[in-house]
Amino acid sequence: MSTAAAYTAEHQRMVVNALRAVLPERAVLFDAEDTRPYECDGLSVYAQLPMVVVLPDTEEQVVAILKICNALKVRIVPRGAGTGLSGGALPIADGVVLSTARMSRIVNVDPYARTAIVQPGVRNLAISEAVAQHGLYYAPDPSSQIACSIGGNVAENSGGVHCLKYGLTVHNVMRVRMVTIEGDVIELGGASLDAPGLDLLAVFIGSEGMLGVVTEVTVRLIPKPRQARVILASFDDVVKGGNAVAGVIAAGIIPAGLEMMDKTSSRMVEPFVKAGYDIDAEAILLCESDGIPEEVEEEIARMIAVLEQSGATAIAVSNNEEERLRFWSGRKNAFPAAGRISPDYYCIDGTIPRRALADVLLGIQRMEEKYGLRCANVFHAGDGNLHPLILFDANQEGEFHRAELFGAEILEMCVEFGGTITGEHGVGLEKINQMCVQFSRAEMDAFLAVKAAFDPPMLLNPNKAIPTLQRCAEYGKMHVRRGMLKFADLPRF
Amino acid sequence: MTTMDNQLDQFRDVILDAADRKQALCIRGGGSKDWYGREPVGDVLDTRPYSGVVSYDPTELVITVRSGTPLTEVEAVLAEQNQMLAFEPPHCGADATVGGMVAAGLAGPRRVAVGSVRDFVLGAALINGKGELLHFGGQVMKNVAGYDVSRLLAGSLGLLGLLVEVSLKVLPKPFAETSLRLALSEEEALRRLNEWGGQPLPISASAWCDGVLAVRLSGAQAAIRAARDYIGGDEMHDAETFWIAMREQSNDFFAQAPLLWRLSVPSVAAPIALVGEQLIEWGGAQRWLRTHDTSAASMAAIREAATAVGGHATLFRGGDRTGDIFQPLAPAAERIHRNLKQSFDPSGIFNPGRMYATL
Repeated sequence: MSTAAAYTAEHQRMVVNALRAVLPERAVLFDAEDTRPYECDGLSVYAQLPMVVVLPDTEEQVVAILKICNALKVRIVPRGAGTGLSGGALPIADGVVLSTARMSRIVNVDPYARTAIVQPGVRNLAISEAVAQHGLYYAPDPSSQIACSIGGNVAENSGGVHCLKYGLTVHNVMRVRMVTIEGDVIELGGASLDAPGLDLLAVFIGSEGMLGVVTEVTVRLIPKPRQARVILASFDDVVKGGNAVAGVIAAGIIPAGLEMMDKTSSRMVEPFVKAGYDIDAEAILLCESDGIPEEVEEEIARMIAVLEQSGATAIAVSNNEEERLRFWSGRKNAFPAAGRISPDYYCIDGTIPRRALADVLLGIQRMEEKYGLRCANVFHAGDGNLHPLILFDANQEGEFHRAELFGAEILEMCVEFGGTITGEHGVGLEKINQMCVQFSRAEMDAFLAVKAAFDPPMLLNPNKAIPTLQRCAEYGKMHVRRGMLKFADLPRF
Repeated sequence: MTTMDNQLDQFRDVILDAADRKQALCIRGGGSKDWYGREPVGDVLDTRPYSGVVSYDPTELVITVRSGTPLTEVEAVLAEQNQMLAFEPPHCGADATVGGMVAAGLAGPRRVAVGSVRDFVLGAALINGKGELLHFGGQVMKNVAGYDVSRLLAGSLGLLGLLVEVSLKVLPKPFAETSLRLALSEEEALRRLNEWGGQPLPISASAWCDGVLAVRLSGAQAAIRAARDYIGGDEMHDAETFWIAMREQSNDFFAQAPLLWRLSVPSVAAPIALVGEQLIEWGGAQRWLRTHDTSAASMAAIREAATAVGGHATLFRGGDRTGDIFQPLAPAAERIHRNLKQSFDPSGIFNPGRMYATL
């Protein structure tokens, strides 16, 4: 990815001068040493220096930036906190990165209405911290919640470990104020529970910064449960663990959290965090209940009965908040633990119908042999979102390439079993080829038409998330439709 | 080729032929919501031949059904497994279909606790104006591949295409339910509802009318017991029929409405003074206004009142169905609507004018 030929110094000067006319000098970066921190997001294997980075403080500045870029036909990559895992905020060599980091003010908290109005750069966790005094919180809790911003959450429709019960970003955002490429400010949704017309808010959330730039968000706050307790259960067989999850749901329970880890994962995290996991178990299950204490007690008893029936070999229940957090610490530290036992790891984000879990895990086992790489599996079991962590060493010739092929094959398997290539990390640049597997050309053209409806000149984060015809042709997967994909041992490139 | 595949081909033929002739199509299931939105026009395209549950696995909490399937059939299938469509959709007639339910996007009393139709749509298949069968979303809870077009279809009144299949998240029925009745003024009812909303109480529905607030509690026995003691009031013995009548708008309040307005407002909005009687649902966020006044001045005043508190108003039932039914859109948002309509339905054949005259 070279920058040399992407633009001329003259062109860069022209764009910088136009932007400086509407922005303070410190808000326009163009020296490589200043733009370097913006060259990648959380998926650092893809990096690209942008021509310019802008850091607006206000909505007026965002409007001005977009109008200028539209007039000059310069492409824009919006960026939140840069914690995304799919390369969605990867810059374009001759483009502008628009960072919302400086728009980080909590505009208003209304505990009576149970809403907060925040600017896009506000961190996810900062919202819950700001409203905790009112007994409220913002429910979606992606694992990066300390660092990730609400603008990015809107772009990715972020989830978290509690979304089976409390929903994703789309269920917890009431209103988005955004600016179109033409510089129009539009309100989607509102302060009421619905808005007139088509539900543009629903399609905007999760659109990966391709439809407009968020300048303000109204989030719904919910009352903090009085108590939460978690069950830690061991199974001597992954399939039994999967069946236990189905059993809990069949018993009419929607747990506040329902997570599973395989043996490789628990052995990976236990020495690191000492969560008390049974490292001889083939699978461990974390099953949380929240509510008033009497309600939690009732639900925990019901869940234990199901887990015992499902053949759990050991069951422990947290008796206090400290213990609860310790049980969770292993799951929440799975990614750092992977980084500790392996020089590099590659996190995959497929979703599958839960009934396919055993087949998918078996398939992953076969791929471990095929690609000569280890894989640890952590699983948002309640909603079918699987995160295989492929362990590799980028310094070993060819290992990253093998990890990429391994990941691609897992995603295609997820599609084959009726699932999807991304549950919560987004398509970005990373999974753009697999889009050709999941969707038909007509479907992707419909997506591109949605983009064009918001962004007619196609300047906002183009070439991400939705592949062009040419891209799919290069990937060699034209019109391979769901259920018809042969993933066996075909060479992929 | 199966009968259902044949049916899809027939739909496609009808659509392509209509597109050729620029002939408007009125997409219609059981016709139970013909009265909703602006006046239906065009040749009826009946969805009911495309019917049946495609797949349902209770432990996955997902059901996939063809759009012409009767809503009662889907609810019966779910009830056998002690599950439900949590947003409690109004049927508005015995013949309601799943497709009509999604297209109308109407939710019932439980909406305040669990969310709306769009919150439960996981995937959809539609035939667009070019006769292409398109699948969006899927059958899993978490899915961010591609834009979330399937949720966009909820409440779209069929203007983007013929919905042929939908996957919906379902939920277990609550372990227990209790409803309470309290005598309260409008102001006091709104105050309490909003205060309760900020506490972890299992309130699953509320309705205030004529000095009486009804509240439904759903969940674990222990949670309901505690909430009942906290909220007070008298236990209702006719609760089930009461909430069904509320959902179906078959109680006295709605039966006597020559003109029925729906005001969707922030739940904390103070009582809104307008000519007519009001019924308040969804913790204060949905206010029904029944009035006789069909004058343009009255309509303007109602829309103005809703906008003033940050909401919007819909002429839900009655009145002139060729006029403005829904609150007009801001120009920039309207342009996006037109662009979307143009790309999904280039010939403008699907339910033209049903939502707005220009779409």
